[in-house]
Amino acid sequence: MMISEQEELKIDARKNTTQRAVFAFFTFLSYCVVAILFTILGFIIIKGIGVISWDFLTKAPEEGMTEGGIYPAIVGTLYLVLGSSLISFPIGIMSGIYMNEYATNGKLIRFIRIMTNNLSGVPSVVFGLFGMALFVNTMGFGDSIIAGSLTLALLSLPLVIRTTEEAMKSVDDSYRHGSLALGATKLQTIRRVVLPMAFPNIITGLILSVGRVSGETAPILFTVAAYFLPQLPGSIFDQCMALPYHLYVISTSGTDIEASRGMAYGTALVLVAIILIVNLLANALRTYFAKKVKMN
Amino acid sequence: MYKIDTQNVDFYYGDFHALKNISMQISPNTSVAFIGPSGCGKSTFLRLFNRMNDLIPGTKLEGKIYIDERNIYDKSENVDRLRKNVGMVFQKPNPFPKTIFENVAYGLRVNGVKDQSYIEETVVKTLQQVVLWDEVKDKLKESAFALSGGQQQRLCIARALAISPSILLMDEPTSALDPISTGKIEDLIHQLKEQYTIVIVTHNMQQAARVSDKTGYFYLGELIEYGDTRKIFTNPEKESTQNYITGRFG
Repeated sequence: MMISEQEELKIDARKNTTQRAVFAFFTFLSYCVVAILFTILGFIIIKGIGVISWDFLTKAPEEGMTEGGIYPAIVGTLYLVLGSSLISFPIGIMSGIYMNEYATNGKLIRFIRIMTNNLSGVPSVVFGLFGMALFVNTMGFGDSIIAGSLTLALLSLPLVIRTTEEAMKSVDDSYRHGSLALGATKLQTIRRVVLPMAFPNIITGLILSVGRVSGETAPILFTVAAYFLPQLPGSIFDQCMALPYHLYVISTSGTDIEASRGMAYGTALVLVAIILIVNLLANALRTYFAKKVKMN
Repeated sequence: MYKIDTQNVDFYYGDFHALKNISMQISPNTSVAFIGPSGCGKSTFLRLFNRMNDLIPGTKLEGKIYIDERNIYDKSENVDRLRKNVGMVFQKPNPFPKTIFENVAYGLRVNGVKDQSYIEETVVKTLQQVVLWDEVKDKLKESAFALSGGQQQRLCIARALAISPSILLMDEPTSALDPISTGKIEDLIHQLKEQYTIVIVTHNMQQAARVSDKTGYFYLGELIEYGDTRKIFTNPEKESTQNYITGRFG
């Protein structure tokens, strides 16, 4: 069947129009997502910037949490992020390396992978409950930084394992073969070639987990978070305040919710700012290591 | 005494019978080319000599392979030490994301050499050996990725030579390179065969004719013919060999 030149032009025009319409729609949607993000950020900044001051960042809450600052909560959150990272990073990275480089039993790997995926699907409040039963009660840590850190570590482990595994997988086998062919052992190959190449991507995973951990409320609810604690914790067996929980408290069950509304937005702003700074830091680290890997 | 001696080698990928009853003897300090159409088993056979096929799950080997009269598939064989003695250059240049210096030093470092002055000496010597020294002597601290494909491949050869192997396996080492880089690598192979036993897999018939003393022609997992390169290319015994080298199929 022959198509006349005129018809051909018409078909071309129609293809072109469809393509443009579809891409215009996609573009619109992705801009919408960005717009939503900026709206949320803008909202928090406008509402919260007023209460941000040096005192707000360095003083404990006063007058039934309607005055003063959120210093203990900032410090508490940093402790919890640090504590959970110290636990989940080494375990998660080592598991990820094992799963991608060492484990040879396909069925076992699939089983572990399904289980870690399921673990990441467990609601965080369930982690909190489990943490309370195991770390707080059974192991006798009580409400403490150590119990909260362990609970948060459990929560972030699947993410760390998964991203490590993916990062290792993205390193082409030709590098492994090149190293093995020179008489290097598997461990030397992983340590000297694969890990440095995977490192920038692993860092991304670690930072995502830090972001998640610093914003979680439910897991710390029953394991560490204090309603109000004017002094800083003295050891890892003490309770501490934490930003997300503090936000929850002054928004729902403070002594005067209306009066502490401004404090709530300020707290939210600090929390978002911390996560943002961590993300930017991660990006810088990632670029740094990506460059370093090529040079060394 | 043969450098490499294979006796009745059969090799399987799962159920696929990839190599069929291959026996081949390679003398020291010769260069041997493996030719044949894609999928004929020549690369598989090559990778048996440094046990790279061990990395593929579900493979099975029957028969014996001796290097320097030692059965390299014996349980007591130390695979890392075997690979130190049997170097390999791959199809695609695969330098590590490290500096040019560290790429060449890598094999020494993983094999426990700590003496920095010996390492430096060896790096310079091997870079000269592969005729790359003049091109890189001012940028040893730069990334190996900054080199051209041909330079990268010579770097990979230097990397393999730095740990003083006695055998060098080359799996289509020039198939990703331009004609000029290819020429340089071939010149290099010519020099190297004085000191090393070289086994090279190639799709390029002229290359096999240029660089090898002996040629093995593989087809469908069998070694059809093996003999002096000159004879294979001028007066082969088998019709299948004749057809392949004259380009009637492949």
